[in-house]
This record gives sequence, structure tokens and C-alpha cells, in this order.
Amino acid sequence: MGVWRAILWRGGVGAVFAVVLLPLVAVVWLSFFNQEIIAFPPEGYTWRWYANAWSQRQFASGFLNSLEIALIAASIGVTVGTAAAYALVRARFPGKTAIAGLLLGPLAIPGVVLGTGLYVFFVQIDNAIDFQIVATLPGLIAAHVLLTIPWTVRLVAASLQGLHPAAEEAAANLGARPWTVFRRVTLPMMRAGVVAGALFSFIQSFENLELTLLLTGPGRSTLPVEMLNYLEFRVDPTLAAVATVQIVLIGALMLITDRFVNISRVVA
Amino acid sequence: MTSLSLDGLRREYGATVAVDRVDLEMQQGELVALLGPSGCGKTTTLRMVAGFVAPTSGRVVIGGRDVTAAPPYARDTGMVFQGYALFPHMSVAENVGFGLEMRRVPRAERGARIAEALRLVRLEGLAERRPAQLSGGQQQRVALARALVVNPAVFLLDEPLSNLDARLRAEVRVEIRALQQRLGLTTLFVTHDQEEALTMADRLVVMQGGRVRQTGTPEEVYERPADLFVAGFIGSCNILRGVVEAPGAFRAGAMALPCAGGAPGERAALVVRPERIAIGPEGRLPGRIDLVTYLGGTTEWHVTTDAGALRVSQKTPDAADPRRLLRRGDGVMLDWRPEAGRLLSDSNEGEQA
Ligand SMILES: Nc1ncnc2c1ncn2[C@@H]1O[C@H](COP(=O)(O)OP(=O)(O)OP(=O)(O)O)[C@@H](O)[C@H]1O
Ligand SMILES: [Mg+2]
Repeated sequence: MGVWRAILWRGGVGAVFAVVLLPLVAVVWLSFFNQEIIAFPPEGYTWRWYANAWSQRQFASGFLNSLEIALIAASIGVTVGTAAAYALVRARFPGKTAIAGLLLGPLAIPGVVLGTGLYVFFVQIDNAIDFQIVATLPGLIAAHVLLTIPWTVRLVAASLQGLHPAAEEAAANLGARPWTVFRRVTLPMMRAGVVAGALFSFIQSFENLELTLLLTGPGRSTLPVEMLNYLEFRVDPTLAAVATVQIVLIGALMLITDRFVNISRVVA
Repeated sequence: MTSLSLDGLRREYGATVAVDRVDLEMQQGELVALLGPSGCGKTTTLRMVAGFVAPTSGRVVIGGRDVTAAPPYARDTGMVFQGYALFPHMSVAENVGFGLEMRRVPRAERGARIAEALRLVRLEGLAERRPAQLSGGQQQRVALARALVVNPAVFLLDEPLSNLDARLRAEVRVEIRALQQRLGLTTLFVTHDQEEALTMADRLVVMQGGRVRQTGTPEEVYERPADLFVAGFIGSCNILRGVVEAPGAFRAGAMALPCAGGAPGERAALVVRPERIAIGPEGRLPGRIDLVTYLGGTTEWHVTTDAGALRVSQKTPDAADPRRLLRRGDGVMLDWRPEAGRLLSDSNEGEQA
């Protein structure tokens, strides 16, 4: 009985993993197919799509743009989100549940709807006070910050919830002022949550297509937008090669981060 | 010199009064135990001293300075929390050094004082460990060292032994008391364990329902409890209800029993400690044995009498003693000296057997 259970359990877990990983594996596999029109089985394997991706300079510049936007948006989002999570878990104030809902909101709204809403909003501001936000870098970053906040709030709040306030009280009792307590005790204890929040925020912003598509200006395309552009003209495995590079980079980022803080503990 | 004084301390939470009119004067070097059943307001009182709970009214004075409105970091108290509350991301040495760092003690001196504190609690070899790598008893001693090292004006402990097993608890109890006396620390100690309070404290404050029922040395509180609650909470006792017939004579049921003093006609409760009752072939109060409990060094007899059921506890008699042969159903005589029978006003309020 116990043996069968264990086998079923492992089989189930394995199946779920397979479903999750299959697309990734497929993308990586495709990127080596030696033919322009994708068909099974492959005629052979090649590195040439990687060379092609490299020669298309718009991917590199899109990558740099994405990197810049994601880094800035994640830093702002993590700072604001951490403060918000702290207040939500520790402080008591009226309307707390409403604010918590509001902060997690962007997670529940489809990207296209959010992007359209923001676009209209930005245009309205432009009309009202003659201040251009649409198609500017700050506008795009502001929109991305909106994406990063829910992740930080959720992950940091989760890591704080398991934290007993007694350690903070002990610090205060030993003579630490509130800011010192936060810096020396609270922040280090929720470090895993903050780092995980930063990582997920970064990924969320980096791979975002919908918001960027609606809000970006000419000459500042991000990697996902460039990939979409490319897709309009060609359907060869170059995109799979770009995606594979992305998968490898993000995977490496996660592994490195996990070495320093145990993210899986927070996310699981 | 008074080092801590609580003056009419009161705290309300909505409609509940957690702590009501608590007064206490503590001398330098004194160890006072706050003792009482769960929910009586001990922790709330301690947290008001530390500054984590603001009193609704009343004052907290530490070393002559009114700190009622001062934040916790400006109070100079050293607190040991119930769950120890160590900083999980710091080593033992960093934990212990934290208070010194906050007081801007120079690094070189800090090292020496950390080492000294760890030596006091016998943790010399573990300075570089993380709290998670320590046993419960070791964590508890780190918490002690962390609070001790800053030499606080008042040392506060909230049930510091409740997470330890019985043997370790007895050991650490002695250690804390020895340290406290050696360093002359003014200490306020919360416990709901009466044995802990009796063995460690210079004075006890017995609380119930937010109020102080009695303050006194262990001996005063045990020998001369102020009311039935205190009598029942500290040690065990027999309570008989009746009327004072004449000075020194108490009528319960059909029997006249010896007691200390009393005004004739007064309704009262007579309190007699089980170990003050003599059991044998002679005495004033006849009874029948219900139960004999052999506890090694002592033996307990549960005896039904006309005055009520009484519990008797004596050093276990030696083998030749006829009392060793007493069994359920045997008739015996009970007696006690008049001064062992203490009269208390008979209110049912807050009574606990
Ligand atoms: N933050 C709070 N909000 C509302 N009521 C509280 C709060 N803290 C304590 N109380 C109430 O105040 C009373 C005293 O609580 P306190 O924690 O001081 O008791 P205690 O003597 O320490 O009990 P225990 O031995 O169980 O620790 C209790 O009735 C408790 O429910
Ligand atoms: Mg308590």
C-alpha cells in the first residue's frame, strides 16, 4: 500500500513537472533545428539561428532596453512594495484590507486591459496638463512598477507573517531606535522575501509584452517587442534561439540567487 | 534605594481591564516574582515596565526617573522574552553584543564584555554559532547573557523557563538566582509556577484578575495568606467553612476546631495546610480514611470527617510506626495547633482549590 502510494505520488509529481517543463524543452530543442520551416522530425541540428539572432542587432538593443527598464522598475517596486508589505503585516489602520487588495490588483487584471487603461489615463493627463507620459521612458517604467509591486508585496508579506515581532521588541529593549530595529533586525529577517520579490519583479518586467507594446515610444523597443516584430516577417527558429538564451540567463539568475538566500523557502 | 516603582498601574483593552491598580516598590538587588493564573495580567504588567504597552493610567518609575511615556529603547531595562526572541541572522556573540553596540561601547571593550557574559552563562565555546544551532537551554542562556551584558537598571523575565524540560528548569532556576544575586540585579520575574516563585523570589506579588491579591516574602504569603485565593494558589490547603464560636474555636458542621483568634459569631473559612495536620490514634477530630497516597518521602491521607474532607500530608512514617498500616476505611483522629488554623473571610470570589 505504502509503496504504491509512494509510486503514485512520485508519478504525479513527475507528470506535473513534465507538463511544466515540456514547453521549455521544446523551445530549446527547436532552436537547434536545421530548417526554416519547423517540422518534425528535424532534418539536422545547427547553431546558425544563434548566429542569426546575434547578427540582428535589434535583439541586443532590445535586450539592453529590457534590462534597463526591468532593473529600474524592480528597484522602485521592491522598495515601495517592501514598505507596503511591512505596513500591511505589522501596522493596524482602517481600510487595510482594501489597500491590500488594491496592491495585489495588477496581478488579477489582464495585461492588455491594464495597458489600455494606463494608455488612456496617460493621454488624459497629457491633454489636461500638457505633460507627455505616453511613449516616454519614465511612463513605461511607472507602468512596469505597477507590475512589480504585487509580487514584492506578496512575497515579503509571506516572509514577514512567519516572523514573530518579539525579536524586534528585543532589539528595541536593547536600545535600538525604530529605524535601527528595521535595518538591523526586521530587514535581515525578511531578506529572503525581499530577494525573491526582486527576482520575480525583474522577470515580470523583463518579459512583459502587453504594457510595453501599448506604452513604449519609437526607438525604444524591449526584447519581447522586438521578438514580436521579427515574428511578423519570419517564422524561423531564430526566436527559439533568443528565447533559449533568455531561459538560460533567467535560470542562472535564479540559481545564483538561491545560493545566497533560500528563495524556495519563501516561494513554496 | 528604590530602583523600580509601579504606581497605580492600570491597563484596559476595550472593556476588559487587564491590569488594575498595581503598586510595587522594588529595592536595588531584589528579585520579585509576579505570580498568578493564566490571564491575570502578569505579562501586561511586565510589558508596561519595558515600554511595549502604554498604561491607561499610573506611572512607571525606574531609578527615580518617570519613564511612563518613554519609548522602550530609552528605558534601560533588560528583558528575557518567553520564546527567547534571539536574532536568527546573528551569531551568539553578535546577539550578545547588540545592546553594547546600541550603547556605543567601543569594539575592544565590547569583545571583552561579550566574553565575560558568555562565561557567566557557561557558553564560552559557542560564540560563533547561530541560534538555530543551539539547544533550547543554550538559547535561553544566550537570551540571559544578551540582557545581562548591558547591565540594565531592571532585569525583566517573562516565564523564561517554561520552554525547558523539568530537570533543566530546576538547574537554570538556580543559575539565574545565583547570577542575579552575584550581580545585584533588580529583577522582576513572571511565572505561573508557584514552586518557581517560592524558590527564587525575595518577594512575591500574587495577582488575580488584574489585581494584586498579596505582596510579601514567600514565607509571609505561604504562612499568612491574605485571602482564600492566595491560600489556594500558593501551596495546597484545606478550606473548611463555618462560624467562629469563641476566640480559638471554629464550628464547622458538628465539630469545634482549633483556630487562631477570631471574633465570635463571624462567618469565616478556616484554612489549614495539609502538613500541619497530625494524624494518629489521638486528636480532636475523628475521621475515616478515603485514600492513602504514598509519595516516597511524604505520604498523603484523604480523610472524611464531620467537618468536611481533609487532606493530610506528613513525612512518611518509618516501618515500625502504626500509621504505616493505615488503609482505606480505617478510623483515625486528626488534630492541629490553634495557630495552624488560619481564619480568612469567607468569600467565594476567585477561589481556587
Ligand atoms: N493586546 C491585547 N488585546 C486585548 N486583550 C489583551 C491583550 N493583551 C492581553 N490582553 C488581555 O489581558 C489579560 C491579561 O493578559 P496577560 O497576557 O497579561 O496575562 P498573563 O498573566 O501574562 O497570562 P499567561 O500566564 O497566560 O501568560 C487577558 O485577559 C488578556 O486576554
Ligand atoms: Mg503571560
